[in-house]
Amino acid sequence: MDALLLIDFGSTYTKLTAVDMENEEIITTTKALTTVESDIMIGFQNAYSLMEEECKDKNVKFIEKYACSSAAGGLKMIAVGLVPDLTAEAAKRAALGAGSRILGVYSHELTLREIRNMLENKPDIILLAGGTDGGNKDCILHNAKMIAKNVKDVPVVVAGNTKASDEIEEIFNEHGTYYKITDNVMPKLNTLNVEPARSAIREIFMEKIINAKGMDGAEAFINGILMPTPAAVLNAARILADGTDEEEGIGDLIIVDIGGATTDIHSIADGEPTKPGAMQIGLQEPYAKRTVEGDLGMRVSADSLCQSIATRKIKKFAPNLKYNVQERCQYLSEHVNKIPETDEEIEFDEALSMAATEVAMERHVGVIESMYTPMGKIYSQTGKDLLKVKYLIGTGGVLINSHNPEKILRAGLYSEENGKYLKPQNPELLVDKSYILSAMGLMAEKYPDKAIRVLKKHLTNVSYNRRQRHGA
Amino acid sequence: MKTNIVLGVIGADCHAVGNKVLDYAFTEAGFQITNIGVLSSQEDFINAAIETNASAILVSSLYGHGEIDCRGLREKCEEAGLKGILLYAGGNLVVGKQDWESVKKRFEDMGFDRVYAPGTSPEEGIRDLKEDLKQELKKIS
Repeated sequence: MDALLLIDFGSTYTKLTAVDMENEEIITTTKALTTVESDIMIGFQNAYSLMEEECKDKNVKFIEKYACSSAAGGLKMIAVGLVPDLTAEAAKRAALGAGSRILGVYSHELTLREIRNMLENKPDIILLAGGTDGGNKDCILHNAKMIAKNVKDVPVVVAGNTKASDEIEEIFNEHGTYYKITDNVMPKLNTLNVEPARSAIREIFMEKIINAKGMDGAEAFINGILMPTPAAVLNAARILADGTDEEEGIGDLIIVDIGGATTDIHSIADGEPTKPGAMQIGLQEPYAKRTVEGDLGMRVSADSLCQSIATRKIKKFAPNLKYNVQERCQYLSEHVNKIPETDEEIEFDEALSMAATEVAMERHVGVIESMYTPMGKIYSQTGKDLLKVKYLIGTGGVLINSHNPEKILRAGLYSEENGKYLKPQNPELLVDKSYILSAMGLMAEKYPDKAIRVLKKHLTNVSYNRRQRHGA
Repeated sequence: MKTNIVLGVIGADCHAVGNKVLDYAFTEAGFQITNIGVLSSQEDFINAAIETNASAILVSSLYGHGEIDCRGLREKCEEAGLKGILLYAGGNLVVGKQDWESVKKRFEDMGFDRVYAPGTSPEEGIRDLKEDLKQELKKIS
């Protein structure tokens, strides 16, 4: 049978997914440790041998092979803008939506010290914004000059005041900086336009970053490394929500992705106020929004998680816990391959994941505040209102392997006591049991109709149990 | 050449009388006024200031939401290329009888150059504006 091979070069595992194209079914998934230090293809071959083993009786023929990658630290980016709350924030949102890891966000005129600081972590791409179209030019020109003079070999995506593009081209050409100019991330005040910057980032990712990360060897075997893994997840989310030419979408949704190093939240929704009379304030939100919490993770970031979240909050999710929370987190961050075995270990991991879900959701969703005026009480909303979102989807190792995914996801729902956070109130809870979201995001590039049908088949509804119990 | 300034009432506020008084007084004092009137958003103020190359934006607010409506105006001016433009605010800026010094401080922290208490006469604003513009001129030369 004709099949598609989808590869995710993750930071820890290289995961393969084989899809039967005719029946739109997952044939099998395999994984092996990623080997980016030596040769990324060794890990791939290990996973591939496992796959051949499993498929040997099925006469599988791979017609195409596509990959996404977050190996070698993922796509590391710097966002530069003018005012922190405006173009710098817009640039950050554009970079996050392109599936990157943000190393730093800079605003106003860059100094030499800031440039040294941004180069320390070896960014892959710099996103340069600043000024509305026809607005401030001085800042972006200053920053372009600073980057051209002091930064070597980091490609720059320019998405600022389009009226400054001639001068910027001149500056970068003179210094031999590799750059791409695209539409402004904030063409008008408070209007966000992130898609052109996202696609420019992806173009550079495909042209330049893959080679720089020693992954060019992979290109001989596969048809292309198309995007960073988080961008693939966002892509899958979008297809699933909006639908395709042939297939209906399922509507507004949120994805919670709890990993070892970060917790990512993706939401596909307008997020318009649902409370009557609430005014929306602040910068416009992206329809497809991704936030990354670098301090909330199950292993590498377990240590920072317990610094960011109060111990009592973690204990709230596992009241009978015997562990000292801080010691256990420390231990987990030093033993990143630890798989929980005993009931207590499992319970602790679940408590961590619930705390991460709760806080990551608080940071992602909008906040509503009430104010008293001569006309009575009014509400102002900053960020997205996700109260009425229909689906909350969980992915990532801890959720997929848990016996209680429903319990973990519930930590991300709206609660009366913290009523200012506009989290979903009563969504259906789904789990990505076969771990295929990123693979389907890749597949959707060429076969969107098939990808959405596979997704609909393979996401498991875990809120069903709850309704049965309550007899509803 | 006359100095251009932008005048208007911000937010969902439709108090028009004070706006007309200020328009009259500042015009009499020799300024070129662009009056964008009532129910004006921050963006309307900024767009008008860009188009007319204004030196100052005068924001009125009479209905008590002034603080909410004015938040972020300075930052937006910067993105729009109006770095250093003079920002004035006056009217009944907040609800109830709050301590004036603290109200003034909050507006100054938002980036307003001058903040006026209820009942201030237009002459005071005119005098300040002339003074501030003179200072600006000195800075440039």
